[in-house]
Amino acid sequence: MNDALDLAARVASGDRRALARLLTWIESERPGAREALAALYPRTGRAHIVGVTGAPGTGKSTLVSALAAAARARGRSVGILSVDPSSPFTGGALLGDRIRMMDHIADRGVFMRSMASRGSVGGLAVATGDAIRALDAAGCDLVFVETVGAGQAEIDIARAAQTVIVVEAPGLGDEIQAFKAGILEIADVFVINKADREGAERAANALKAMLDLGNTMKQRRVGRGADLSAATLDASGHHAPGGTGAHAAVASGEWRPPILKTVAAEKRGIEAVLEALEAHRTHLVESGEIVLRERERAADDVQRSLGRALIRRALEAAGPARVEALIDAVAARRIDPRAAVDALLDARLDAGQEGE
Amino acid sequence: MTESNAMAHLRARQSAWETGALHEALSRMPERAETFMTTSSEPIERLYTPLDVAGIDPVDDIGFPGEYPYTRGVHPTGPRGKLWTMRMFAGFGTAEETNARFKFLLNEGQTGLSVAFDLPTLYGYDTDAPETLGEFGKCGVAICTLDDMEVLLNGLPLDKVTTSMTINSPAAIIWAMYIAAAEKRGIPRAALGGTIQNDILKEYIAQKEFIFPPRPSMRLVTDTVEFGTRDLPLWNTISISGYHIREAGATAVQELAFTLADGMEYVRWAIARGVDVDAFAPRLSFFFNAHNDFFEEVAKFRAARRIWARAMRERFGAKRERSWLLRTHAQTAGASLTAQQPEINVARVALQAMAAVLGGTQSLHTNSLDEALALPSQSAVQIALRTQQIIAHESGVANTVDPLGGSYFVEALTTRMEREAERMFGEIEALGGVLPAIEQGYFQRHIADSAARYQHEIEQRQRLVVGVNAYVDAAPPRVPILKMDRDGERRQLERLARVKRERDAEAVSARLAALREGARGSANLMPLLLEAVLARATLQEMMDVLRGVFGVYQEPVIL
Amino acid sequence: MTQQPKIRVLIAKPGLDGHDRGAKVVARALRDSGMEVIYTGLRQTPEMIVEAALQEDVDAIGLSILSNAHMALFPRVVELLGAEGRRDILLFAGGIFPDEDVPEIKKLGFRGVFGPGSDTREIADFIRAEIAARG
Repeated sequence: MNDALDLAARVASGDRRALARLLTWIESERPGAREALAALYPRTGRAHIVGVTGAPGTGKSTLVSALAAAARARGRSVGILSVDPSSPFTGGALLGDRIRMMDHIADRGVFMRSMASRGSVGGLAVATGDAIRALDAAGCDLVFVETVGAGQAEIDIARAAQTVIVVEAPGLGDEIQAFKAGILEIADVFVINKADREGAERAANALKAMLDLGNTMKQRRVGRGADLSAATLDASGHHAPGGTGAHAAVASGEWRPPILKTVAAEKRGIEAVLEALEAHRTHLVESGEIVLRERERAADDVQRSLGRALIRRALEAAGPARVEALIDAVAARRIDPRAAVDALLDARLDAGQEGE
Repeated sequence: MTESNAMAHLRARQSAWETGALHEALSRMPERAETFMTTSSEPIERLYTPLDVAGIDPVDDIGFPGEYPYTRGVHPTGPRGKLWTMRMFAGFGTAEETNARFKFLLNEGQTGLSVAFDLPTLYGYDTDAPETLGEFGKCGVAICTLDDMEVLLNGLPLDKVTTSMTINSPAAIIWAMYIAAAEKRGIPRAALGGTIQNDILKEYIAQKEFIFPPRPSMRLVTDTVEFGTRDLPLWNTISISGYHIREAGATAVQELAFTLADGMEYVRWAIARGVDVDAFAPRLSFFFNAHNDFFEEVAKFRAARRIWARAMRERFGAKRERSWLLRTHAQTAGASLTAQQPEINVARVALQAMAAVLGGTQSLHTNSLDEALALPSQSAVQIALRTQQIIAHESGVANTVDPLGGSYFVEALTTRMEREAERMFGEIEALGGVLPAIEQGYFQRHIADSAARYQHEIEQRQRLVVGVNAYVDAAPPRVPILKMDRDGERRQLERLARVKRERDAEAVSARLAALREGARGSANLMPLLLEAVLARATLQEMMDVLRGVFGVYQEPVIL
Repeated sequence: MTQQPKIRVLIAKPGLDGHDRGAKVVARALRDSGMEVIYTGLRQTPEMIVEAALQEDVDAIGLSILSNAHMALFPRVVELLGAEGRRDILLFAGGIFPDEDVPEIKKLGFRGVFGPGSDTREIADFIRAEIAARG
């Protein structure tokens, strides 16, 4: 057995050192990572993947830590990926999410990994997707993927996760601002954390109003479940915010994101969130949406991997000197960028028969 | 000449000087740097003249020593009347060892006691707790029970010297032990003078020895203020500390502003409790750092007194003069000491101590030359104490009150720091006050930024540190360091076990249960803690009860 | 385009002291020199530090301590790393250490010991050189 297959076997057997090493391989795009993941792929698909996103200061890490504790109490094993941005200038990163997770450090049923986004376009999604699969294959029942809610990252996470928690907290300035465009659409569960602070009720009400308003928008999300008109939903009366997660879901097939309040630092309100996660997972399965989402993600994975592979092959086939020369030519306005791409793709076609 | 004519004349002469003598000098020899800055990276001008102090009122802003707003000092005669208290912070190992060091220091002419506790004690752990691996007695003395406190204070004249105790999260308990030990020796609590640091806010901000969340911690602090105001009128119930804020990397102005903001927060809580501001305010004291930049430090102390006096009188409506006074202890800057060529630290400490004295401190600790390597040895402590004695008796700076008062530079800097501090108060208020600012990491972020900038300046050699990035000695002499009694931990554990064996276990549980009840409610916890201490409950037993009721704080992640 | 192998460093504070100024300054400096730095916060036991290092698969562990408890805590970290078969991780220490302890700390396997006044660039260079030497 080669190194990669050996590593895959050890990951499958629950060896956390092997899992840690595989994650390193994935992050650094070591060729063996692909082989190991391919070997592990049939073992994936069992974990419930939960994305957790929100602005800095909302207490995401504390919430994840509390959710992990509650899940452990129910006998579930937990994997946590915390993704933070790398500096675009130095490539370095300072990752502090572990500080909140140290309660679980002695518990072999919790595995946590800090990931830096490492800046490459689409790299976050690819590495995170692979990392999720690694944790899934290692036997984690529940995988939390935590990201700062800023820009592209949260959309990537929404694609990678089955259930997305959007975390808010009162007193971080303009509450409405925090629910910025894009975040409403990706949330399956809203959590107002630090709910013992002044303004929690106001934040919940603002959110509820926005949900009511944006109800039709929600259904535009590609691949989401059966359509129901906003009017029907409003009349159903089952989805008052602040209820427990399990009951906040609308039975008739459409999922209305519950709005839950927690004080994660004091482990208050956590059970309701965990129940909402389970309810959402059940909803995905029963509505058949999970199949659609899986397919959506598979398509996305294939497309991204294809894009990266094509770029890599084209650049390799042309060789660095040719690439630099083309870039110089574009910079000097001798040719336009599309012409440079055509030239690179031609080089790729010429070399295409050589295989990898 | 009228006043404005005089100023116009001065302005004309100054500009003539700039275009004449100055210009000529600069064209012959440029200055050593394009800009000059303080230790806090604040820009400093070439020259200060009456024009720089034109907006400063000689009466309302500067005034006289012992008079509002106390810029020139809290006492009319300054050090001519009474020298500052020479108070050396000490403590290590067992209560016996520290007791012996205290007797040595008193014998050497020290005039007040200052107790350092070990980290387990500071975190409310007994010596036998597993969390304390390797920490026993390392940074101070271990105190678990009343028995330990009695050994620590054995033979010390508690009715004559004042005792300062650097303790925060468990301050109420340690104080209760001190009171109980004194009363057992027949010294009434009303006669006890001293200070508990008891400044929990700066723990969240800088030193990080917090245990409970901020609000229950503030309740505990307010309990001690209320209790002290009634029962121990000579005791300083909080020593509002900028020292640790500065050590964590803050600039002088941040130290000034954050400390005074903390002070005002304690005042708000005590007033909200219903304690008369004029009853407790005179018992608040301060503790500032004395760092490298001589004039900046002097100005900081002067600005602190003026800001505090104005806040107490105008913002909080205090009527008694004693409520307006900012009395302070000072310690030279530990973080400024170098491990490289440790002996040269003596010179740093002397200059820093001089700044504190000229700033008008009431009490002073001078660091020992070996403190960037280990706890100070006895001979190093002696040199540090002698440094204060030289300043007091040989340097001549104690012959007149506030000799730097009226210096264009010092007065301009004092006013600039006051304004800058006021700006920071505004920022804190905009975040909702001190506690929300702590929870949002305002202070922590500013301090971490300043610390990183300071390090960067050293590494870029924009700032020279003798022995570190300049004048480096390849083979510096070694200094002897303190050796601790390796057997101390065993003896401490034995005493703890004996206390637990011999005490009335039922009484202990009853007192702890009463404490739990009290903590759940809103009773003042000091009487309950005194009862538990007398029943010989251990520090950790009491702290665990409070941890159970109050919870344990997780600080915001600021990197 | 395989990415340059990133150096991952765990910065931890064992023991009870709360002086995190140095740890944070170093963490920031290492980040600024292009490393991925995982900061675990205050009051970490040797068990917590080793498990975190394992899960994060770091190349180096930096321990910052000013409480003088290093001679009790450092050997424990080394012992636990050995038990996990990870003695290959580069160890370095920062803080206040008596001269006579420095050889002892190095004997435990700490390749770098950085006292007050250390230059953060020196620490970054040290890590880079050590990691490069390990291949």
